[in-house]
Amino acid sequence: MEVDCERLVALAKKVRLHTLDIVCRTRCPHIGPAFSCIELLVSLYFNTLKTCPEHPEDPERDRFIFSKGHACPALYSVLFERGFISRERMQGFAVNGGTMQQHPDYNLGCGIEFSTGSLGHGLSVGAGMAYALKKDNSPARVFVMLSDGELNEGSTWEAVLFAAHHKLNNLVLIIDYNRMQALGFTHDTLQLDPLAAKFEAFNWAPQTIDGHNFQAILSSLDLASREDSKPSVVIAETVKGKGVSFMENNLQWHYDCPNSDQYALACGEIE
Amino acid sequence: MRQAFYDRLEQIARSDKNLYILTANLGFRFLDRIRSTCSEQFLDVGVAEANMISLAAGMSTCGKNVYCYSIIPFLTMRAYEQVRVDVCYHGLKVKLVGMGAGFTYGLEGFTHFGIEDLALMRALPELHIVAPDTVENAVKVAELSYSHPFPLYIRLGRAGVHSPDAQPSIRRIGEASVVREGRHLAIIATGNMVPVCDVVAGQLARDGIAATLVNMHTIRPFDSEMVRRCAAEHPIIVTAEEHSITGGLGSAVAEVLAEAPYTGRFARIGIPEKLDTVIGHADYLWDHYGLSAQKIYSRLMKMLKQESEGAAHVLQS
Repeated sequence: MEVDCERLVALAKKVRLHTLDIVCRTRCPHIGPAFSCIELLVSLYFNTLKTCPEHPEDPERDRFIFSKGHACPALYSVLFERGFISRERMQGFAVNGGTMQQHPDYNLGCGIEFSTGSLGHGLSVGAGMAYALKKDNSPARVFVMLSDGELNEGSTWEAVLFAAHHKLNNLVLIIDYNRMQALGFTHDTLQLDPLAAKFEAFNWAPQTIDGHNFQAILSSLDLASREDSKPSVVIAETVKGKGVSFMENNLQWHYDCPNSDQYALACGEIE
Repeated sequence: MRQAFYDRLEQIARSDKNLYILTANLGFRFLDRIRSTCSEQFLDVGVAEANMISLAAGMSTCGKNVYCYSIIPFLTMRAYEQVRVDVCYHGLKVKLVGMGAGFTYGLEGFTHFGIEDLALMRALPELHIVAPDTVENAVKVAELSYSHPFPLYIRLGRAGVHSPDAQPSIRRIGEASVVREGRHLAIIATGNMVPVCDVVAGQLARDGIAATLVNMHTIRPFDSEMVRRCAAEHPIIVTAEEHSITGGLGSAVAEVLAEAPYTGRFARIGIPEKLDTVIGHADYLWDHYGLSAQKIYSRLMKMLKQESEGAAHVLQS
């Protein structure tokens, strides 16, 4: 497939800088998990998803559920770049009297298809959407992004069983597999590997890719969309804090916000 | 009750292909009909209540009118956070149909008792709660629920209890109905306790005591006006529910009375917070915990006696 990856690389840089800005402006947490999924979000909103801010309620639009809601600075930045969120609305992020909390809120509209923040809900909700859309013979597809930590949740696996049983081939799960969760590495918390084999055993169609490589991301999403009898999962190998050397694979940046020196350093590295 | 509820729902479902019934692998026999005539609208999600509620929420955002069925504690507690976030926070018109109010499951034991659900569900913003008392009212609730504009929890109870004239008394969700009127005391009951308290009121009438009986079938939105009316007209108010004494109908009425303010006598009849080890059928447990007609009658007679002695004492002094 022919795609202008350079454009997407430039967009990712812009989104990463915007994410850094709003995190630093509001002193909000979760920059690490936000940076790990920026290429994935840019790919979805600027290439894959059939949805647009001009017709946000189109019944045939693709749906996207950002289940790892704590990383919402990245989502908001992408939605802003894509025109779903206004500049004025962005000013109300994570400030007293604002409207945009530190987890995505469906009640705002702005292209947010479902409120998240409590982990382990997103895949079930997405499966419900995919089931209903399939019943209506809708061409719409449902994309759900989960953190790896959400694979600890029992409800996620209830949805994994359901989606495979009902052959929801209009459902694409993307796992932001940065291998770090709230208190440390996933392999020290609850070992997830072999992850692709688990999904294969559950009758899903898995692909494992480099989650920061646009060509790989776009190809995998394209392939997933052509699956004819199974739900698809894209296991995106990513790096927590991607793009800023001192944040990469460092749990500190699940919580902390850069100081002014760190901000300047981060800007330099991203640019 | 549930058979009649689902038979009516099946009729509605046949005329609306967007109505879906989800079950967490329960409903042997009584869901058979709806399963066969509306097979494309019936979905057994397996023993996975949390997933069922989130699925329903997702389906609802795509325009489906979804009913979710399970036994009360599994539906309301196993999936509580999914109800809170996915259904209520989004204001989705999902219907939760819980079977087994109070001790309905009798000998099945503690895991199957629905005795804390009203307290839990009453705390959720947006969620409406209705507990029909008879077959006819359950059918009426099936009809009213179809286009109800809020998330709705339907609490089903005992089988085979019919309205006196085989007619539903529920007119509207949110509007309590008066079963009978009397001046000596008011009994406010919900669900299974309404027919029981009607028997009690009949016994009291034979003793020359006239009781008002209110069917508080809707726990949210709560008909506070009806409670204030009872307060204005009665020296004694008693609530009766097949639910823990904490957090349910009795608490809801107490909240209204405390703010009214009410200077009469008030008592809550319900299930104690801590259950004994004794087991039994629902009737047996009702009697054990003071919820049978006879036990309620005795308790009310004692209260009335105390009240009249108190009044005599005041007159003498």
